[in-house]
Amino acid sequence: MVASQLAKTFKDVLSRFLASPSADRQAVEELVRGIQRALLVSDVNVELVSRLSDRIRERSLSEKLPPGVSRKDAVLKIVYEELASLLGSRPPKFSTGGKKPYIIMLLGIQGAGKTTTAAKLANYLKKNGFKVGVVCADTYRPGAFQQLQQLLAPRDIPVYGEPDSKDSVAIAVKGIRELAAHDLDVVIIDTAGRHKEQSTLMEEMKMLEKAIKPDENLLVIDGTIGQQAGVHAKSFHENTRVGSIIVTKLDTSAKGGGALSAVSATGAQIKFIGVGEALEDFEAFNPSGYIASLLGVPDIESLVERVKLAELEVSEEKAKALLSGRFTLEDMVNQLREMKKLGPLRKILSKLPLPGMADLPEEELEKAEERIKKWSAIIQSMTAEEKSNPQIVDDSRARRIARGAGVSERDVKELIRNYQLSRKMMKDRRLRHVLRQTKGI
Amino acid sequence: MLQGLKKVFQDIAEKIRTTTLSDEEVEKTLQTFFSQLVSNDVAVETAESIVSGLREELKRVRVGRFNGDRAVVRQILRRAVEDKIKQADARILLERAERNMGAGRPTVIMFVGPNGSGKTTTVVKLATYLRSHGYSVILASADTFRAGAIEQLETLGEREGFIVVKQGYGADATAVAVDAVNRARSMRAHFVLVDTAGRTETDRGLLEEMKKMKRVLNPDFVIYVGDALTGNAAVEQARQFNSVVGIDYVILAKLDADARGGSALSIAHATGKPLIFAGVGQDMKDLDDSPRERVLSSLDLA
Ligand SMILES: Nc1nc2c(ncn2[C@@H]2O[C@H](COP(=O)(O)OP(=O)(O)OP(=O)(O)O)[C@@H](O)[C@H]2O)c(=O)[nH]1
Ligand SMILES: [Mg+2]
Repeated sequence: MVASQLAKTFKDVLSRFLASPSADRQAVEELVRGIQRALLVSDVNVELVSRLSDRIRERSLSEKLPPGVSRKDAVLKIVYEELASLLGSRPPKFSTGGKKPYIIMLLGIQGAGKTTTAAKLANYLKKNGFKVGVVCADTYRPGAFQQLQQLLAPRDIPVYGEPDSKDSVAIAVKGIRELAAHDLDVVIIDTAGRHKEQSTLMEEMKMLEKAIKPDENLLVIDGTIGQQAGVHAKSFHENTRVGSIIVTKLDTSAKGGGALSAVSATGAQIKFIGVGEALEDFEAFNPSGYIASLLGVPDIESLVERVKLAELEVSEEKAKALLSGRFTLEDMVNQLREMKKLGPLRKILSKLPLPGMADLPEEELEKAEERIKKWSAIIQSMTAEEKSNPQIVDDSRARRIARGAGVSERDVKELIRNYQLSRKMMKDRRLRHVLRQTKGI
Repeated sequence: MLQGLKKVFQDIAEKIRTTTLSDEEVEKTLQTFFSQLVSNDVAVETAESIVSGLREELKRVRVGRFNGDRAVVRQILRRAVEDKIKQADARILLERAERNMGAGRPTVIMFVGPNGSGKTTTVVKLATYLRSHGYSVILASADTFRAGAIEQLETLGEREGFIVVKQGYGADATAVAVDAVNRARSMRAHFVLVDTAGRTETDRGLLEEMKKMKRVLNPDFVIYVGDALTGNAAVEQARQFNSVVGIDYVILAKLDADARGGSALSIAHATGKPLIFAGVGQDMKDLDDSPRERVLSSLDLA
């Protein structure tokens, strides 16, 4: 990662790469460097970047380049997948799991934006139909209680606090009790900012947790934090287990890569992000958007889809078999299933260069999705012989397969009919031409 | 992976085997150095600029003075960092106050910086510092935007016995500051410290607002308060505040939070402005007027 060897911007590297004649080891290396730089600029931890780089090198040199895909796109897809697996899927919709009141305790370093986040979260949950209240257990920073009150009173969200008390544990316990009168679903406890070097304050947080037993400890991470994000998050986690993470200030020039270290230090998921000073500037976390911003590649999601689509072409042999109509029933269903993995059918079909695909009626598509599911199950209940030679499936075989797959006999027959039909269609020259263009799908 | 820079210099120098310092060795040295700078929270852009400067210098040394002397290399690497961190003497503020007082006017210091960096706390810390040197201070609550900001400064300031000039939320921030200056003039106070609302460097309009306040107020100094834990954004933050508003000195807050101190280099690189204090805790006395040494010790270079 020597500086001058790194191109000025990520894009620079990419365009230079595109100009190079072949995608060899050196080209991959240059791409990796560009990605490293982008990630470091986004405040992703240095060690994490170096581990990621190793994975990218390893995978890009061993994975085959799908037809029509540039090495650049293939490498980006790999980075995307590695980051996505670290981040997990989109967080599920907020739920209290029936616990009432569900208690959320906020944790974080001074100035990370906890108090603003407490108000934003309260506002968000209220809009989503929960009855919410907030307790100000920050007894250190003057004005914290007034800040919450000024933000939440206009929105009819109750706030409990005792600005003159220094006993955060007593305030929290009393606050939860007092707010019970409002019959709340969720109580958010805002706490004072602290960091790992302040052992008394970390101790206080542990006592607070013991006294109120929160259902969820929520770590608030400053989106502008640098390389120390991981050690700080780790220390919070060791003192009071971190259940989830909110990243703030993502409306700044920072990309919030520190949050990635917090995720790997705690194993917790990022649930929300803060994108401005107003209470409404608060969004559910979207892993792909976040990755796009870390890498500085805004359209990464569609790029990844494109590469995956190209990867669908399993092998030249299979494609040939398909085109000549020699493909097996299993091939057909697998192909369809692979396609399904990419997302909703409509989205995939609309990307194929086949006219009219995007305008299929919704109903048709739903049926098609349903069918693919059933067909996968049917295939699994068939013997190898039946799979390669479907015409031997008579009524009694169909009955057995249907029972195994939990579908009706009609479904089994329909699949076989469809397969025969597709085989016949594949022999049609015009269709083969189109299929060749779509690279095997 | 993360080591203090002192150890890195040592390691790098140790690894040099030859007496001629080959190209390869230079590059390897620089690569390690770059990683370590970034690990210590120096922004990528800043680290790159430091490293490319070093490359030139090492080239020169290679043909000239090197002769296998590891101490020379260590010295060069060390200087590449140390020379970047400049410090202003806090006495500048006091001397200005003496001079201004002779002319019957207070010394005005405006505090600016990103959200949550530590401005309000630092205002009261500096007020306490100035008073301990025998100067009188009035505080202006010119953050009329963020909820609770007025109460925060009021409580902190009055707890320490300072007069806090304020109006309501939504009031014109500049008007509050001007009010405070008039108050200070009539009371013959030495200093007016103006707390302003935190803002992001990406909102040009909000930065222009500070520029306008500066034009009207004509402060003696503008102090930029940065958060020591900030990573790469430190460059863009400091650069924008400096180019739109114009700053004189830098205070790095939260250096106590096991911060590596690299952001001091990033800010210096972006603005060329010296550090004047470092915030090293939440107590009002936690203001260090030898910030350079603090930063160097955070970087393990003291
Ligand atoms: N540990 C530590 N905490 C600090 C330091 N300086 C400020 N803080 C804390 O950081 C938090 C934010 O500080 P503020 O002074 O409110 O920051 P600000 O820049 O005025 O914030 P806004 O006005 O909201 O932009 C508070 O909890 C302070 O107590 C410091 O040097 N060390
Ligand atoms: Mg403030």
